[in-house]
Amino acid sequence: MAKLSIRNVLAGASLFAMALIAGGANAQQVTLSLLVDNSPEVLTRFEALVAGFEAANPDVNIEIETRPGGEEGGNLVKTRLATGTITDLFTYNSGSLLRALNPGQFMADLSNEPWQADVQETFKRVVSTPEGAIVGAPFSTASAGGILYNKPVYERLGLSIPKTWDEFLANNEAILKDGKIAPIIQTYKDSWTSQILILADFYNVQAAEPDFATLYTEGKAKFATDAAALRSFQKLQQVYEAGLFNKDFASAGYQDGIRMLATGEGAHYPIISGALRAMGATYPDQLKDIGYFPVPSDDASKNGLTAWMPQALYVSKNTPNLDAAKKFLAFVVSPEGCEILKSTGGGTGPFLVKGCVLEGAAPAVSDMLPFWDSGNNSPALEFLSPIKGPALEQITVSVGSGIMTAEEGAKLYDEDVRKQAQQLGLAGW
Amino acid sequence: MLLVKQLVTMSDLSMTGLATQRSTPRPRFKSGGLYPYWFYAPAAAIYVVLFLLPTASSFYFSLMRWSLFDATFIGLDNFAQFLREPFLLQGLVNTLTFAAISASLKVVLGLGCAVLLTSQIIARGYLRAVIFFPVVVSTVGVGITFTVLMHPTEGAINQALAAIGIVGPDWLTNPRLALISVALVDVWKGVGMATVIYIAGIVSIPKDYFEAARIDGASKLQNFLYVTLPLCRPATVTIVTLSLIGGLRTFELVWTMTRGGPGFSSDVIASVIYKQYQSGFYGLSTAGNVVLFLFIVLLVVPLTAYFNRREGHE
Amino acid sequence: MKLIKDYWLGVLAIIVTAVVFLVPFAFIVLMAFKDQQQSALLDFSWPQVNNLWANIVEVASTRNWMLITAFVNSTILTVSGVTLLVIFSAMVGFVLSRRRSRFNRLVEFLILAGLMIPPAVVPTIWVLQGLGLFGKLHGLILIEVAYHLSFCVLLYKAFIATIPRELDEAAIIDGARPLDVFFRVILPLLWPVTVTIIVVQTVTIFNDFTNPLYYLPGNQFATVQLTLYNFQSQFETSYNLLFTNILLITIPPLVVFLFFNRQIIAGMTAGAVKG
Repeated sequence: MAKLSIRNVLAGASLFAMALIAGGANAQQVTLSLLVDNSPEVLTRFEALVAGFEAANPDVNIEIETRPGGEEGGNLVKTRLATGTITDLFTYNSGSLLRALNPGQFMADLSNEPWQADVQETFKRVVSTPEGAIVGAPFSTASAGGILYNKPVYERLGLSIPKTWDEFLANNEAILKDGKIAPIIQTYKDSWTSQILILADFYNVQAAEPDFATLYTEGKAKFATDAAALRSFQKLQQVYEAGLFNKDFASAGYQDGIRMLATGEGAHYPIISGALRAMGATYPDQLKDIGYFPVPSDDASKNGLTAWMPQALYVSKNTPNLDAAKKFLAFVVSPEGCEILKSTGGGTGPFLVKGCVLEGAAPAVSDMLPFWDSGNNSPALEFLSPIKGPALEQITVSVGSGIMTAEEGAKLYDEDVRKQAQQLGLAGW
Repeated sequence: MLLVKQLVTMSDLSMTGLATQRSTPRPRFKSGGLYPYWFYAPAAAIYVVLFLLPTASSFYFSLMRWSLFDATFIGLDNFAQFLREPFLLQGLVNTLTFAAISASLKVVLGLGCAVLLTSQIIARGYLRAVIFFPVVVSTVGVGITFTVLMHPTEGAINQALAAIGIVGPDWLTNPRLALISVALVDVWKGVGMATVIYIAGIVSIPKDYFEAARIDGASKLQNFLYVTLPLCRPATVTIVTLSLIGGLRTFELVWTMTRGGPGFSSDVIASVIYKQYQSGFYGLSTAGNVVLFLFIVLLVVPLTAYFNRREGHE
Repeated sequence: MKLIKDYWLGVLAIIVTAVVFLVPFAFIVLMAFKDQQQSALLDFSWPQVNNLWANIVEVASTRNWMLITAFVNSTILTVSGVTLLVIFSAMVGFVLSRRRSRFNRLVEFLILAGLMIPPAVVPTIWVLQGLGLFGKLHGLILIEVAYHLSFCVLLYKAFIATIPRELDEAAIIDGARPLDVFFRVILPLLWPVTVTIIVVQTVTIFNDFTNPLYYLPGNQFATVQLTLYNFQSQFETSYNLLFTNILLITIPPLVVFLFFNRQIIAGMTAGAVKG
């Protein structure tokens, strides 16, 4: 009995397995694969864009695949590029992270697409190859890093928008004394949020030392030894030591942070303005209560915004369906695409295609406009230099939790940066 | 020709080896016979190609700066860099701590559960199933579940503690506690396997020993100390070796629960290596892999040798 | 007196194990019944509504029924992987245990190496790609076989040593060929340890997260553990869905375990303990 059953079970199982492996379907029409990161906003946007596009082009079928966000997802894209398993279309960061991919080798040249005329120049620069070919298309708005704050709290306590770091600290002290809510929201469960205060301080670094980015890329300027850059780390240490964070800062996540800000459980959230889109999804009614100001500097005359360029949509150089893929890109940047963009979460800053105006934007977005328009803004360091140390978020969690000091953190980050530069094979390291 | 001759000698040797071992006369077969070497072939092919070859070439890859797109030979720089990783030392200490907690608690608790389950206790079947059950839940699932249960304020564990007047610790967000919490969850998940191995060990002890102990008037404790414990040695060796190796290589649970955090405080070697991989430092991460490999060999091989020697004396 | 003491010990054991082992499982089940608002509280409480079916439907249909695809993939992966493991490692264990030669030391060394050495991911991707197996389901099946061979061979080898040699010899006198002897006589005799291996390896491979993450990119081949990972950020605020997913993917290994529960120890007795 045992003899019979074991053989049958094993033989049956392997037959079954082989039959299933051999199975597969053939598509009748053009099918494009599209790899996007799995954040709800991006996913909803692309689901809507694909639905709109397929309705207009019934012969093209687009299948969305998702990947994790952040570095993990970036690594997946790299692996799939190198192994030739990349999708026809995919989203990826612009700026330094794009350059690390050898874009000229893997991505189709889009420089001659008619819609390029409508795309903003700054954006074109961060999605081009070192040789100057433009390889990306925008599907999102630019963002600003800084402090999102709860306006009703400011009104209740009679506070005004701080122009200097000391004024910012004074506001926080007032909120702390009031004793009802947390002055500053931190959410270290999603450790990437811990680096924003430092990254968004870059306008101030650059205002103090205009060629910091160049020197940093050449290995001549260091965070630990450059006063303006070290100041960014010190600001984080300072707000931790003043006890300004929400009690559960170590276990709270990004979504908790958005809830705290929206419902007024916390007053300030140092974050990228993409948070407004996430808030629009869960707390649409509270969006009007949220305002924005940049990370304040020590000099009241220097006040500006640190900008983030959005991810872009790329086409694989090896796609067999280049024309269909280009058709989809044209749809994304078209007026219909713009409508879909507006209907799926709205803007977090200016959109990068001419003619796509975001009416009725959230107050926080309006707060940013003067900085965009006046030129008092600077791209974040990661868009000016190819080097960003991969361990920054662990370091900022450590500094922001009192595990290490600002000086120790900055020193450690310089080490991390050195490693990245060496791995990139840059000269002078 | 030489090879053939060698093979013949080898099979001759094996035959004589067998012959001296068994006294009963047996029919002789031609070389290989019932136990042909080609039975090794399918397993060997898969093992060599997908395990040995990558492992061997990792020594080569670890000498390259490798971006998946191109490779540059940089000698031992990757090793120098990996050993300079600021938190490598802490990662080593963490890995050892994790492996020690995990292996020792699994031995102690597993043995305790096994003794209980081989005694005349009620509901044995239920108890055995329940203790083994966490083994079948996926590590990622366990990680997510306990991350929620260990939430410092809203988690069920600290709420239960609060109900009896104890302020629970910040299990996963306190830098000093995070690693230990993860190790405890690992024990929770693995104790069932240790228990089953111990039960098997106890069950296979010949009844005569207990009978002899009973005649000598041994107490329950003496029974345990002088019969069960020494005769379970092979089971203990298996559990210690498996959970030590598992502990030294641990990754999934740490990664799902803390990602090595807060900051770097619960980083283990495997998570340090994964972070290098994640950043695209493939040569560096392969060098880290080689370091981990040497680390395990240095720890486990002497230990196994020690166990085997002790075994020989008994 | 003794009986009463044993009885109370039993009751105590039942209570302790229930709290330690069943409460976390009950927590998963309760969360799967809740709606989003209640699940966000994260507490251990009775569900106010029965939202289980709605949760299941939503989890299953997310990302174009990815969970269903994943179940099919994971089943193929597990069934093929375990089948190959059982046959190949029993063959190795058989010859290794029966035939003494200089090979034995080498083979035993390789087995130990397989247990200890952490697989080198990047070079493995390189090899898989060279063979055209990267990102393919059968590539991952072979990877799982390669990584778990050592453990299975160890168990088989130890168990086969307990089977009297006369049995195989009796078979060969009848004129059977080695493969016949192996499949007709030996493999059925190995059933107790085979059960252990089936349970342990089914659980391991079905629950494997790291290897599919590295070697099987793409939605088309998502495995159940990767769905959990993928949904983790998507369901960030919907713990009810996250836990419904955990519950669903725990059921298959649980069924395998309950089915073979009573037979696991028999295989361990000979396998792990005398190893």
